[in-house]
Formats: sequence, structure tokens, C-alpha cells
Amino acid sequence: MIVGNGHPVFSGIAMGRVYVYKSGQATLPTSCGDPAEEKKNFEAAKLVALEQLQALVDQTAATLGEEQAMILDVQMMMLDDLDYLDSIDAMIQNGASAAEAVKETGDTFAATFAAMEDAYMQARAVDVRDVSGRVVTILCGGKVGFSMEEPGILIAEDLTPSETVQIPKDKILAFVTRQGSSNSHTAILARIMGIPSLVKAHIDIDSELDGRMMIVDGFEGRYFIDPDAEVIRLMEEKKNTADEYQRQLETYRGKESITKQGRKVKLFANIGNPSDVEHALKGDAEGIGLMRSEFLYLGRNDFPSEDELFNAYRQVVEGLQGRRVVIRTLDIGADKQADYFHLDKEENPALGLRGIRICIRRPQVFRTQMRAIYRASALGPVSVMFPMIASVWEVRKVWEMCQQIREEMIQEGLDIGDVEHGIMIETPAAALMAEQLAKEVDFFSVGTNDLTQYTLAVDRQNPSLDGFYDPYHPALLRLLREVAESAHKAGIWCGICGELAADLTMTDTFLDMGYDELSVSPTRVLSLRKKVCESEVYPK
Amino acid sequence: MKTITYVIQDPIGLHARPAGQLAKAAGAWKECDIKITVGAKTVDAKRIMGVMQLGAKQGNTLTLAVSGPQEAEAAAALEEFLKNNL
Repeated sequence: MIVGNGHPVFSGIAMGRVYVYKSGQATLPTSCGDPAEEKKNFEAAKLVALEQLQALVDQTAATLGEEQAMILDVQMMMLDDLDYLDSIDAMIQNGASAAEAVKETGDTFAATFAAMEDAYMQARAVDVRDVSGRVVTILCGGKVGFSMEEPGILIAEDLTPSETVQIPKDKILAFVTRQGSSNSHTAILARIMGIPSLVKAHIDIDSELDGRMMIVDGFEGRYFIDPDAEVIRLMEEKKNTADEYQRQLETYRGKESITKQGRKVKLFANIGNPSDVEHALKGDAEGIGLMRSEFLYLGRNDFPSEDELFNAYRQVVEGLQGRRVVIRTLDIGADKQADYFHLDKEENPALGLRGIRICIRRPQVFRTQMRAIYRASALGPVSVMFPMIASVWEVRKVWEMCQQIREEMIQEGLDIGDVEHGIMIETPAAALMAEQLAKEVDFFSVGTNDLTQYTLAVDRQNPSLDGFYDPYHPALLRLLREVAESAHKAGIWCGICGELAADLTMTDTFLDMGYDELSVSPTRVLSLRKKVCESEVYPK
Repeated sequence: MKTITYVIQDPIGLHARPAGQLAKAAGAWKECDIKITVGAKTVDAKRIMGVMQLGAKQGNTLTLAVSGPQEAEAAAALEEFLKNNL
């Protein structure tokens, strides 16, 4: 039996066979010398690729939704494009191997897309590369992607966003990655899917592990490979208790979030992607309390266009069918940025040019985003909130920019809904100035993660500071209480969207402080509702 | 030759999926030569990469030129497609 640790990102017990995931690397074979033979190889590989894509379409349509399936559908059409096929054929006739011809043609077409003005079309370069890469891998005799015959536990170094699309999510019982962090793509995915997972796991990734029995304990952050009978018995017991709890939670689906004494609270979900709306609805969230915008900007070569942003926000608003979404404007800084922002390296990015500060310095970036948000607001209830506010002047400045944008849009004849404008309370300055700030905005949403790190001067990414990062620190609780009181004094609502909102030991405290909304991971909504319904807190 | 013009209504323009569907719809008319023009660019309507590379946006005018034995039917069918999808 092998026992090891990792950092748990979602609690629960998973038991199953190990699947080791490795991103394959292929070197291209040269031509066999006969173009006719190479052409035949290509035709055969193309057919296999089409079959694989069709199988992926069938899977993703059911699990990930229409958008991902559409991307694959487009890739299939690309494989049948005459320009694309002509180019491959010409290269083969000129002595290239099938694999070389596909690679070269894919790169050329990708470059053409990447050079287009429209950001949406630029992003299609990835699709051409992806589909060409698939054919190349087939030609090189490797299996593309990754298949799982039965449900199991996936072990990997780490997974990139495009890899997470390809893996068969319906068969994954748990992720165990050697790298990553609690905010890495895999961790976020695990939380949204609600499966126990470990990141930063101490594990030797070896293909010898393939097929062996494994148990992941997401409560304790432990794993067992080839567990003995005693461990299996203990873990099964633990799993049954967890499953039983889950069944109990289901009885809270569709119920109102109200304490025994009649205190109501809204339970919203945090999401990072339009496709997460599905999970929010599955988790029974009453709305979205934090929609991050970063995904729209990261992992690409240029700023997204207004239409692209609008399309993403539109998907969310439409998907929510009348529930509210609180969209946070771009919150990136030197630690998490895309190259095209050209932000200077900073000694201390947590205190640097980030969040609303970037938007104030670069009105054009802000303008494009606000226009997209305002356009989406015509389709359903939308609130917008600004991150990293520290001063009243910042809010006034942003409001002035917003009004200008709105006027401009009204003149263009565009529809704008009734948008609430709020701010994140995540700097101690904002918390201390809450009374003044409350007069300027429609709502507050407290980001407890940053508020904790700034209040305590503790970098939450720094592992050697474990134990100093204390979200229950009295200083923090005092700020939280004052923020809620200031909000209500000014007649506006206030919520919490940091990790602390999902902490069930804090629920009574937050209700007592008067918070009107708590926004948590989609999979945590039901357990929070249970806690609220069992609470004795009186209405204010 | 039959020509039809159409102004794109879809807020995200002629994006990948409709481009593919349009190429498929055009491909169904094997005997016809179908060209599509937006602004100064003209491409073969049966080729998805070309159609996507038009980068046509909401408010742009598409011009479809169909020539061949069944050009009237093809033009009518494609016009119907544009109305329903774009």
C-alpha cells in the first residue's frame, strides 16, 4: 500500500482505478517516398480523426454543453475544407510526409486566423492547430487525448484548460495532480464538478500506476494506492456517511433560504466561465454573486472584442433565466496577466497596478468591457461590481466613466437594462470607509480572501505563512460587521463572495451581522442552505 | 447568375458555426458555383475556412452570387438559410 498527501480542493471520498494522464509528444516521420502512399495515410488518419471528434461531440454535448460541442463541430468542418485539403495534397505531392503536410498546413491556416482583426476569429487559430494536431498524432501512431474504459481517478502533472475539455469528465471520480494550486484550473473544475481532488500531491507519476486501485480522501488530503482491507473498510464507511449527507442536502433543493426565526438570505454562486452556469443551476444557486471576467482575457494574444465579451455575458444572462448575475470587472494584476497587457514586472503585485486601477489607467479596456456588460443587461438582471476599491474618488471616477459610456450607448440607440453598480470590499481602506462608500454605490460584496491578506499583511500564496493567515481574526470580523452596518445605514444590500462565505461555522455570524447575500462555489449552495434553514438567527 | 444580398442580424456576426453551416448548405448544390462577398473580399461559399476569414460582423452586407443549372433554387434555399441563421 502506498500512502501520500496532497492539498485537498474538494471534500469527499473517491475509489477507483488509476488512469495516468501524460501529454504526448510526437516527432514527425518523413515521407516514405511515395506521395500516393502518404495520401492514403492522410485519408485514413482523417477518417479516424473525424470519428474521434464525433465521439467527443456526443460526449461533450451531454456533459459540457452546447458551446464546447460547437467548437468540435467546427473542427470537423475544418477537416473537410477544400482549401485545407488542397494545401495538404499539394505538399504531399511535393515530397512531404502526410504528418508534415498536415502540420505545415495547420500552422499556415492558424497564422491567417491569428492575423485577423476580429478577436473571435483570432481565437479560431487554436481550433485549426488543435484539429491538425489530432491528425498528426494519429499519423504518428499515438492515441489522441485520453480514453477511460471505466470510471477512475486521473493522475497528472497538471491539466491545461484545453486538456480538461478533452478528458472524459463523466468518468472521472477524482483528480490528483502533482502541480497546481487551489486556484489552478483543475482545482476550480473539481470544485465545480463536486469531486474530491488533490493538488500539489506528493506522488511519483509512473505509468506503472495505471489500473491500480486508489482511494482519494478529499476530507483529509490523503491518498492510498493498493489500499489494504482495513483502509478500504474505513473509507467506505466515510464515503457512506458523506453520501448520506448528500442525500439529505437534496431535500433542500428548491427551498427558500430562511432561518427558523424567519431571517432570509440569498444564496448565490461564484463562477468563472459561462459554461459554469449549468453547474450553478444544478447546485440550486439563486443567482450568480460573482462572475469573474478574467477567463475572457487570459490565455490569448490580444484583447477580446466587445462582441466577444458581450457574447460571453449574454450566455450567462440567458442561461440564468431571470436570476441575477453580479459581474465583476476585470481583476488582473502583474501576478496574473496576459502578455498583451504589457504590465511591468512588479516587486509586489498584490499591492500593484491591478483590478480597478488598471481600468482607471486604461479607460479603453474598461470601456469595451462596460459596453459589453451594459448590452447584456438588456437581456436580464445584471449587476456590475468593481474590484480593489480603496478610495471614494475611485468610485466617483469609475461612475463618471460609466455614465459617459451609457450616454454614448443610448445615443447609439442601444438598449441598456437597469444595472446595479457595486464595489468589492477587499481593502481595509474600503472597509473603514464603508459608510462614505455606501452613499456612492448600490451594493457591497466583501471579498474575504483579499480582505484577510491585506488586513493581516499575510500573503495567502506563501506556504511558510500557514497559521498566520487567519480568516477568523477579530480585526477582520470587526471590519465585516462595520461594513454590513454601514451598508444598511445607507439602505443598500451587502454580500460576501470570498471563500469564507461557504464556511458553515461562520454562517450564524454572517446572518447576525446582517449580510443579505452569500456567494459560494456552486456545489456548496445546498449545504449552506441546510445550515441557514437550521439556524436560529432572528431577522434584523 | 442569381445574386442575393443579406444584412447580418446576428450580434456576433458570421462566426464559426454558421460559417460551417453555410458552407455545408452551399456544398449541397454540387453543380452550382457559389461565391460570397463581404466588402472587398470574395470567397468560395463552400469552403468554411474562407467563409470564416471574411470576418463578417453584424450589420455587414453579404452578397451571394450563384451560377449553375439550379441557380434559382439554390439562391432561394440559401436566402432562407441566411434568414433563419444569421
